[in-house]
Amino acid sequence: MAKMNLLQAINNALITVMDQDERVMVFGEDVGHFGGVFRATSNLQEKYGRGRCFNTPLTEQGIIGFANGLASQGSVPVAEIQFGDYIFPAFDQIVNETAKFRYRSGGQFSCGTLTIRTPYGGGIAGGHYHSQSPEAFFAHCPGLKIVIPRNPYQAKGLLLASIRDDNPVLFLEPKRLYRASVSDVPEEDYELPLGKADTVQEGSDITLLGWGAQIEILQKAADMALEDGVSCEIIDLRSILPWDADAVAESVMKTGRLLINHEAPLTGGFASEVAATIQDRCFLYLEAPIARVCGLDTPYPLAHEKEYMPDELKTYEAIKRTLKY
Amino acid sequence: MQDRNHLARVETTHQVHIIENGLIDIPMLQILKPDGTLHDEAQEPALSEDVARKIYDTMEYIRVLDERMIGAQRQGRISFYLASTGEEAAAVGSAAALSPDDMIMSQYREQGALAYRGYTTSQFMNQMFSNEKDPNKGRQMPIHYGDKALNFMTISSPLGTQIPQAAGYAYGQKMAGNDAITICYFGEGAASEGDFHAGLNMAAVLKCPVIFFCRNNGYAISTPAAEQFAGDGIASRGLGYGVKTIRVDGNDPLAVFAATKRARELALEERCPVLIEAMTYRLAAHSTSDDPTGYRSREEEDKWRAKDPIQRMAKWLQQKGWYDEAANKQLIDETRQEVLKALKEAEKVSINPIEDIVSDVYDEVPWHLKEQLDNLKDHIRQYPDAYPKTSGRVK
Repeated sequence: MAKMNLLQAINNALITVMDQDERVMVFGEDVGHFGGVFRATSNLQEKYGRGRCFNTPLTEQGIIGFANGLASQGSVPVAEIQFGDYIFPAFDQIVNETAKFRYRSGGQFSCGTLTIRTPYGGGIAGGHYHSQSPEAFFAHCPGLKIVIPRNPYQAKGLLLASIRDDNPVLFLEPKRLYRASVSDVPEEDYELPLGKADTVQEGSDITLLGWGAQIEILQKAADMALEDGVSCEIIDLRSILPWDADAVAESVMKTGRLLINHEAPLTGGFASEVAATIQDRCFLYLEAPIARVCGLDTPYPLAHEKEYMPDELKTYEAIKRTLKY
Repeated sequence: MQDRNHLARVETTHQVHIIENGLIDIPMLQILKPDGTLHDEAQEPALSEDVARKIYDTMEYIRVLDERMIGAQRQGRISFYLASTGEEAAAVGSAAALSPDDMIMSQYREQGALAYRGYTTSQFMNQMFSNEKDPNKGRQMPIHYGDKALNFMTISSPLGTQIPQAAGYAYGQKMAGNDAITICYFGEGAASEGDFHAGLNMAAVLKCPVIFFCRNNGYAISTPAAEQFAGDGIASRGLGYGVKTIRVDGNDPLAVFAATKRARELALEERCPVLIEAMTYRLAAHSTSDDPTGYRSREEEDKWRAKDPIQRMAKWLQQKGWYDEAANKQLIDETRQEVLKALKEAEKVSINPIEDIVSDVYDEVPWHLKEQLDNLKDHIRQYPDAYPKTSGRVK
């Protein structure tokens, strides 16, 4: 075990897999000698050479198109998009190509070895071009997997599983936690399962569901609610696509209440999908409407960032409303 | 009917002949030598003393502003800054060759063009402190300026997006019969984006009066130009798209002015795009989030410090008898004080009221955003201490 922050855990996962598998290549804007603007790829070029870790020209559609070709050839690309906000020039390549390669060729070709890493989320005074949470855009795209870790331990295990999974994975990294989150991380190889939620805290009165950096917020809100005698179960969804409906439904059948929290705007956010499925599966178990504590339906603000965030106070109030319903 | 297929005009050859890059040499216009004297065969552009002084003073102003704001960021007073040190001539020299009616669509390192247009120190500060005096309502990170009155389009962070937009804006100017053009600034890194290629091609095909002004400053964050493109810079691409092209020494304010002036004439008279590639060097870090010591040497930077555009122009002004050392020193001192004063004022101004969290998303606030705002205000009333920047004005 070693103490690592989230960036170090990602770096460590990349070293683990690059040591084992020569087909793994890491690339994107500034990821070479510089090690990426957040330093997630530090020392990889020195360790594995410019052939396997390199800077690309500044073109996101180019990076993902290139990665699709590389994946279809049998290599294992780990492509970095510098900020999630800048992934949209590559939207066509991801939605129409990455996600449909296998389907359109009847399984002859695929981009299954591709992993796209990108930082997402706010809380860093980044305004609307350095704070967005784009998971819902991609959750509407069959053929992709979407994975989001909440801490360094989760990040290493989930990233290793994502790289080795034979489906393209969009791996969203909560940049607010890059240096802020530190945990014990095994130095050896390990994987955490894709498509499986993780129960962070057991409880009996209400299920709080989130992912990524918002798990911290849910924990704070649960601590506040505990003072009022409310017992919260906290679930980290971890995989947005495919998502672990069984785990969430099982928890809701126990607690009778569900609150979902995400930073992305409310309308069309992934909470909507969860709510629709859970009311279908758990209708007679629900003691209150499913609550959503999310970002506003506005671009991500700068001056009003604090007001925009689905923070612990808004979550705590929503817990109280749900319990009182 | 004329055959409009370009391929019909191609000459035939009967040998396998591969054309390699480098066969066409694109020269770089330089009027002032690095020591500030005129090249013998160069023609001095028609610059009045007033305009020459304004170019020079604006470059000095921007250098001081950049220094002070990097300092302010280090003190934690603003969250972010992005300097243009070493590249002042590219933005200022080109802006000086435009008409105030021309639209500027910039990337994010052209504060010199904005200052030349008349953007005040207070305006710079209000944007950087995201306060309610900024007409952009504090919605973007520092340095994303925008001012409709000065024909300066509000800056977007995603790179290259303004390039096809500039083609469209210029096409609209042409159709409206305006006596104005659009200038679009970007870096050599942004020229790798798909939008660059789409924008140049559309501007050429649709004959848009737009100047594409590329600051080739050698680096896109840490990525050197050598890892950005393999061809002859950005200028060679203009030729491929059928766009009139000129390469210019970006550290020579006179050359930048002369090239932009001619480009503007062509854009207006012939209703066509022109590409300018200004060769310069980003002496500054990419931004305050960056540290260039990790990817380039002090020696390399020093080579470019010796080509400083401000010193180069100062020497030329001296030869013209248009330079007063004492007055210049006074200008720098006054600018420093002005920046500090405006900074102190701007940091005291409040941010926009909470109602502006939902304004401008649409022309009018729709029902669901009204509802979300009402809920948010109730919440702020309940926890005023948690939202100190807005709670005071939530009644």
